[in-house]
Amino acid sequence: MAAAAITDSAVEIAPGVHWVGALDPHLRSFDIILKTANGTSYNSYVVRGDNGVAIIDTVKENFADDFFRRLESVAEYEEITTIVLNHLEPDHSGALPELLKRAPQAKVYLSSRAQMMLKALLKPTGEKAPEYIPVTTDDEVDLGGRTLRFLHTPYLHWPDTQCTYLVEDGLLFTGDIFGCHFCDNRLFNDTVGDFRFSFEYYYAHIMRPFREYVLDAIALIEPLDIQLIAPAHGPVLRHKPRDYVHRYRELATPRLFNEARSEKTLVVFYLSAYGNTRRMAEALAAGAESLGGVRVSLYDLEGGEAEIFTDLVEEADGLAFGSPTINADAVKPIWDLLSSLTTVNIKGKLGAAFGSYGWSGEAVRLIEDRLRGLKLRDPVDGLRIKLVPDGSELEQCRLLGENLARHLTGRIEHREIDMAALA
Amino acid sequence: MPKAKVTFQDIGVSVTVPAGTRLIEVSEKVGAGITYGCREGECCTCLTKIVSGGENLAPPSILEDQVLKDNLAPRGHRLACQAQILGGELVVKPA
Repeated sequence: MAAAAITDSAVEIAPGVHWVGALDPHLRSFDIILKTANGTSYNSYVVRGDNGVAIIDTVKENFADDFFRRLESVAEYEEITTIVLNHLEPDHSGALPELLKRAPQAKVYLSSRAQMMLKALLKPTGEKAPEYIPVTTDDEVDLGGRTLRFLHTPYLHWPDTQCTYLVEDGLLFTGDIFGCHFCDNRLFNDTVGDFRFSFEYYYAHIMRPFREYVLDAIALIEPLDIQLIAPAHGPVLRHKPRDYVHRYRELATPRLFNEARSEKTLVVFYLSAYGNTRRMAEALAAGAESLGGVRVSLYDLEGGEAEIFTDLVEEADGLAFGSPTINADAVKPIWDLLSSLTTVNIKGKLGAAFGSYGWSGEAVRLIEDRLRGLKLRDPVDGLRIKLVPDGSELEQCRLLGENLARHLTGRIEHREIDMAALA
Repeated sequence: MPKAKVTFQDIGVSVTVPAGTRLIEVSEKVGAGITYGCREGECCTCLTKIVSGGENLAPPSILEDQVLKDNLAPRGHRLACQAQILGGELVVKPA
């Protein structure tokens, strides 16, 4: 959208409530990981009550001038009694140090986990931290005839995040949830261009790893009377705002009914140059199945792409990765998959590695290191077999599968070991 | 050297360790489900529930105490990257 059309004035989104954010139409990637084909916006809001004015979030530092110009068009700094920080990432807190200088009387309301972040953000300014009040669900601030009520919605997508509800008007200020990187000076969801892709892309890359927290937040939000959702990026959602809440619930819920819901699931991914690692994978899978209570799926990574397998990883309870060793490393499709998992939550899943090798067999240990780095639990030693697995070696693979099934189903046998015996 | 025994409940493993060992040194070696982030007592990723034997850990430092408080950690929880085993028996599991 043409930035020239944007005025310096605030935009009223409800009586006495204004958007005072900034547009960044030329940004083409955000936080390195996200593409932003038409830029983004940093949304900040002003709420006027009879006894004071509240500012909800600010903007990225280099857009502070736009923010202050718009803010000054609707409020005096002396009137500001309240600053709400729904999320302290620098794209929303960049203008905060300057705002605190201009409105030193304002009290800052933020989540408990945001307190240390606030101190860290203000470090370079040398300024003393302002008076700040940690708040949680149902805490309120009275602006005079208008009430801000807080919702504790952590990990969307940082530990500090919260939402703020303007009770009398049914306005919900949500920080990054329900936001998207989409820059359009027409501002409202019923007047901007088609931003549906951006909305879903944002969820997939920012919120998806935290989908359990998304569902917790939705449970808090759904009972509210919502007239408008004011996120920290992208269009203000005034037309059918509840549809976006509903869509978030859909996005955070598995698409297909999971037939194996009552069982644990193990997905075995492998690659095999000569069929040896494949035979290991099949034996492992058979071993895991044989114990009962675990539904096993076997996938050859050569037959698909990392993006598709990511969905399987997200849903699985346990993951086993099989790779031959080629030139002292695991093969590239394994690394492609293992470097694509930042968009899903895999912490605490069971992980294991196995593979056939011809010479030095580094792949298994390298994969195990990566699994631990990704915060999977890896209680079962990986299995390396030189070249062609024979009958007794395939039996070891079966036992590995059984062992994984025991861990998945809580049927582990207690072991006593001495630390000196650990590698 | 005095010994201690730490049990990782989630994986059913008890390990005899020299007194003075930090939980992080042994939990990673046995593949327990405790996961680590900064490893410096700052991020709270390795929050661990002390099921029993908490008295056999060295008391938390001021830094660890602050991080536990900032992250609203319930009672009986410690940072595995910081907690040092003094002796006796201890049972832990991921928070």
